Amino acid sequence: MAEISKPKGSPSIDMTPMVDLAFLLVTFFMLAANFRTDEPVDISIPSSIGEKEIPPKTAVLVSVDKGGRIYFDVKGGEEVRTKILTDMAAKYKVQLGKEQIVTFSRMSGSFGCSMKELQQYLSLDGEGRKKYRREDPAFAGIPSDSTHNELKDWIYFSKGRMLDYGKDQFEKESGNKGPNGEPLKADDFKPKFILKADMDAEYVRTKQAIETFRDLDINNLNFVTSQEAAPIR
Amino acid sequence: MAELAQDDGGAKKGGKKRPKKGSARIDMTPMVDLGFLLLTFFVMTSTFAKPKVMSLAYPAKDPVDVPEGQDKVNNAITFIVSDDRLFYYKGEFYPEGNPKGKPATELIETNFGPQGIRKLLADENKFVLNKKVELDAKLQKKQIADSIHKKELDDAKRDKRALKVLVKTDMKAKTRNFIDVIDELYIASIGVIAPVDIMNSEQALLDKTLNK
Repeated sequence: MAEISKPKGSPSIDMTPMVDLAFLLVTFFMLAANFRTDEPVDISIPSSIGEKEIPPKTAVLVSVDKGGRIYFDVKGGEEVRTKILTDMAAKYKVQLGKEQIVTFSRMSGSFGCSMKELQQYLSLDGEGRKKYRREDPAFAGIPSDSTHNELKDWIYFSKGRMLDYGKDQFEKESGNKGPNGEPLKADDFKPKFILKADMDAEYVRTKQAIETFRDLDINNLNFVTSQEAAPIR
Repeated sequence: MAELAQDDGGAKKGGKKRPKKGSARIDMTPMVDLGFLLLTFFVMTSTFAKPKVMSLAYPAKDPVDVPEGQDKVNNAITFIVSDDRLFYYKGEFYPEGNPKGKPATELIETNFGPQGIRKLLADENKFVLNKKVELDAKLQKKQIADSIHKKELDDAKRDKRALKVLVKTDMKAKTRNFIDVIDELYIASIGVIAPVDIMNSEQALLDKTLNK
């Protein structure tokens, strides 16, 4: 009978294809994915058939979390964030250190605190800011009721600053021309106002944010939703 | 020159070093480890599902508000959203014992599902939806341009016969409910959407209906 000779010693597997695959995937993820921003709030968004994409550069984002707390974020460069903060600090007479301004301008993701708390908030490190008054049921994020509406001022200052910033950016990229070669219109670089409301948030709170926008004559709002397929008739 | 001298003394004859024969195997395990580490990192931190937005244009806030119900509503439906419940009535609102002597408006309950609001809107907004089917067919056959398709559809949505929808919410409504309704309105190609404040008389009627 013929005997099957077993190979002696440790079997070595050729790992080259596996390595190839691993690095291929690494490359793919590096190029294709965009990083999740470190949001301090978890917001589960409702779904809709909306197909528009969020403009990546110039957006003013107001978030309403599950408990109805209001958060704010400006998606723009460091410069424009600094300007907005300076405007706000001047209006509310809050003294901020240079470091705190830098922290604010580089902060990624939304923040939620009143101007009074801002100084303390900005002195915290990233993790501390994330947990800031998280468990406090009385905490309402950025004050937005009719008697004391800081959100309105944030949006107001952002609106002006972002318009300039957007125009700047757009001119740099397209050399003063609109998308079809026509002269640049305000619509091309206007900041988009985005409302990201948790699906379980009380609508009354969301409405407060909506009304704040409308008070400032911003009537075209975008609700963040996850896309669902439109039903086929 | 000490080394040389030492060499002279201790070296064997013909002691030339030769490279090993056969393929050199490099241990790739650390590289694989690193590769997978990076892979895991990127898989965990990246997002693919880009959230989309649904835009909604609100009417401008006029300094002088036109009292509601005064302007004539031709073909309108009003949805009232409460905590996960949805009611509607058609046409104008008549409170009980109104001077015109019309029968009092009653709220009809429906739901957020395809058999509820979607079916209702599809029935009520037939004019626009039929027009849309017609225009879509034309677009498919390339009889009309994209821009004309859009314009005609917009015209149809603003037509007198098109359905107009008012959305009102009470204190208990969740954001989800509101978004769901607006979404359904978009699905049904409703052109005129007005999210407005609930009137006191409507709130009273809603409370009565809820307590039933």
